[in-house]
Amino acid sequence: MQLLMFYILGFGAVVSALLLVTNKRPVRAAMSLIATMSFLAGLYVLLDAHLIAALQLIVYAGAIMVLFLFVIMLLNLEEKEGRLAGTALLLQLIAVVVVGLVFVLMVSVVKLSSPVLPFGQAAAQFGTTKAVGRMLFTEYLLPFEIASVLLLAAIVGAVILAKRKIDDAEH
Amino acid sequence: MVSLNSYLILGAILFSIGAVGVFTQRNALIIYMCIELMLNAVNLTFIAFSRFLNSLDGHVFVFMIMTVAAAEAAVGLSIIISLFRNKPTINVDEINLSKG
Repeated sequence: MQLLMFYILGFGAVVSALLLVTNKRPVRAAMSLIATMSFLAGLYVLLDAHLIAALQLIVYAGAIMVLFLFVIMLLNLEEKEGRLAGTALLLQLIAVVVVGLVFVLMVSVVKLSSPVLPFGQAAAQFGTTKAVGRMLFTEYLLPFEIASVLLLAAIVGAVILAKRKIDDAEH
Repeated sequence: MVSLNSYLILGAILFSIGAVGVFTQRNALIIYMCIELMLNAVNLTFIAFSRFLNSLDGHVFVFMIMTVAAAEAAVGLSIIISLFRNKPTINVDEINLSKG
């Protein structure tokens, strides 16, 4: 049952990721990215990471992708189908080949690493909000507080970068 | 039972697809989405290791990665908006203002 779910969710994630990469229209790409994130949330549930699965749906598929869609709507892009030619296409082919080699490297590292960990029984509260929250507020308290400073900096930065200049508004 | 290697290989596949997207797409917004996809692939690897090692540290790491991804998306998208004001395109080939 778990194996079947893994294959369904993994296949869905890979197919929607491929749709994202091959798409030229930003809205469709955003939709396929939302699909990928939802499949990944299912995989997190399979791995007993319930809090992270919920956060994946709320923060990623919800908040971040809505931000993307808002920006797509704001920019009001016209469709432009440009075909690359010559050196640009060659460079892209080289990049794809290099990524393929890196992929082969990653898979061979996984295949060659002999110690296989067993899928044992998870601890009683593994992945619950209580367990992860306790860890965040005790062992990882300093990184947690620094993350709040990072978010504050991101908010200020986004406002400053995206606002119109004052002298622009005059003419 | 699903082995750890299956999850790691799925993460590697998603990461590579995201990397190919970063190199082949010319639309800055879709490039950002591909970067998010790569971050998600890494998250899957963290969660899988966390489950198989029966330790919750991986979950905290994923939490931090999500924070950084949110901050990155907010700042990156506002950079795209302010670029679009200067030059009405988001094709990364046409944005070459700092080219010598």
